[in-house]
Amino acid sequence: MTPLLDVRSLTKTYGSRTGCADVSFTLYPGEVMGIVGESGSGKSTLLNCLAGHLEPDRGAVLFDTRADGPRDTLRMSEPERRMLGRTDWAFVHQNPRDGLRMRISAGGNVGERLMAVGARHYGEIREAAEDWLDRVEISTNRIDDRPAAFSGGMQQRLQIARNLVTGPRLVFMDEPTGGLDVSVQARLLDLLRGLVRRMGLSAIVVTHDLAVVRLLADRLMVMKDGYVVETGLTDQVLDDPQHGYTQLLVSSVLQV
Amino acid sequence: MTDYNFAYLDEQTKRMIRRALLKGVAIPGYQVPFASREMPMPYGWGTGGVQVSAACLTPDDRFKVIDQGADDTTNAVSIRKFFEKTAGVAVTEKTSEATVIQTRHRIPETVLSEEQILVYQVPIPEPLRFLEPKETETRKMHALEEYGLMHVKLYEDIARHGEIATAYAYPVKVEERYVMDPSPIPKFDNPKLESAALQLFGAGREQRIYAVPPYTRVVSLDFDDHPFDPSKADHPCALCGAEDSYLDEVIVDDTGRRMFVCSDTDFCAGRREDAA
Ligand SMILES: Nc1ncnc2c1ncn2[C@@H]1O[C@H](COP(=O)(O)OP(=O)(O)O)[C@@H](O)[C@H]1O
Ligand SMILES: [Mg+2]
Repeated sequence: MTPLLDVRSLTKTYGSRTGCADVSFTLYPGEVMGIVGESGSGKSTLLNCLAGHLEPDRGAVLFDTRADGPRDTLRMSEPERRMLGRTDWAFVHQNPRDGLRMRISAGGNVGERLMAVGARHYGEIREAAEDWLDRVEISTNRIDDRPAAFSGGMQQRLQIARNLVTGPRLVFMDEPTGGLDVSVQARLLDLLRGLVRRMGLSAIVVTHDLAVVRLLADRLMVMKDGYVVETGLTDQVLDDPQHGYTQLLVSSVLQV
Repeated sequence: MTDYNFAYLDEQTKRMIRRALLKGVAIPGYQVPFASREMPMPYGWGTGGVQVSAACLTPDDRFKVIDQGADDTTNAVSIRKFFEKTAGVAVTEKTSEATVIQTRHRIPETVLSEEQILVYQVPIPEPLRFLEPKETETRKMHALEEYGLMHVKLYEDIARHGEIATAYAYPVKVEERYVMDPSPIPKFDNPKLESAALQLFGAGREQRIYAVPPYTRVVSLDFDDHPFDPSKADHPCALCGAEDSYLDEVIVDDTGRRMFVCSDTDFCAGRREDAA
């Protein structure tokens, strides 16, 4: 089977500081890859390089495109990459404000990606928006409210709906449960897990929270100082960590 | 005659503006940056339009200025006088007799011809501005034809008001390529953007020029199930009886009595003359 994503020796530095270094991995359709590591270990840098938001110094990111099979997204033209960004790819930001239009209604936020790919029937756009609000457990009578009036958890669920409405094949998530209360986190995780299973989503989820990857990820990469120090099936890595750093990470969580 | 160069601006500046105009004509609807000059009038008084007019006028031209359709507002009168003084050109209030017409907020009712140039004063040239404040991003959106956001605005209109409530500066797509702000004309005028005349747009403060060459296709954005509707007043003009012109509501006495009359004063006067 052709991997959906094939990452080769991806390296990004900020001057003399390492962002991420020599990262290689593959992701197969329907798989969820978790990336864990403490703050500053390079998770966000890696994710942004994969999603085309940051330009890496070296490496290749081969994505299995619908039309032409595997292509290095780093060598694509900007229009092609932006097109991927609003069709086959989705990006869920840690802070929903970075991923939502705060002055546009919830319905408009969900409908934007549809309109971006040519939807021109108001009634159908609205139906799709209602359907997606429902799927992320936002009451459809909030469809005309602006996200500024929503709680943090609702904003994050709206951001997810807005991203998934076009049926993307690959979802990037950066600390999706980040700034939320614990009880809200649990609900969001539950929802995400349901969506991932039902839609058979392929995703890359960055988090410092091992509970998140335990629930969502099939496989895990552990990062430290920009390098991947351990990789494997999620349960395997968490239950039987091999690298000393992973052991520390896992035990510090167990203490909580 | 005067100490001014013909039409106030020096020849170097006019050449620079003409180059921007030619580029605008070559790429219909595309906003061309230009080095807007200080004009002896404040922004908001049409400094962009005035510079475009200055670059277009020749001594043989006959110049007309309208503001909201009227030739006799302070703004229109002062711009007309400005060019009478600095260019010595003939002026007129008759649309059909003018060769260059500078306008704010209206397109004349009288159908324009290939011999005419219509110059618009534009306050904000960027149709995506209120949706995306970053100029670097809006430029990219134009370059890559990423116009989904424009429909988000219309979606919001319908969600909030049950219909597309945008009544002025209604966005259009020019020659199936660039989305353009037609300046704050009423959407009633949008169908007239497809014209035999050359249409030039000048934004002074924002330093942009754009153009719609004669016979260019100009389509108002809409949804399949909410098609563009230029709308029409449900009264005839109280003065000339026209049923197909854009009307202003005016208060006629101190008891607050109102009537609806043509906003295009030349058109209205012409119809009354013809009837008399
Ligand atoms: N824009 C930047 N400029 C300079 N250094 C940066 C920048 N962004 C991240 N870094 C550095 O790169 C390293 C990895 O950061 P980051 O990818 O944000 O880690 P994480 O998401 O795991 O917390 C850190 O040392 C961080 O300080
Ligand atoms: Mg981070």
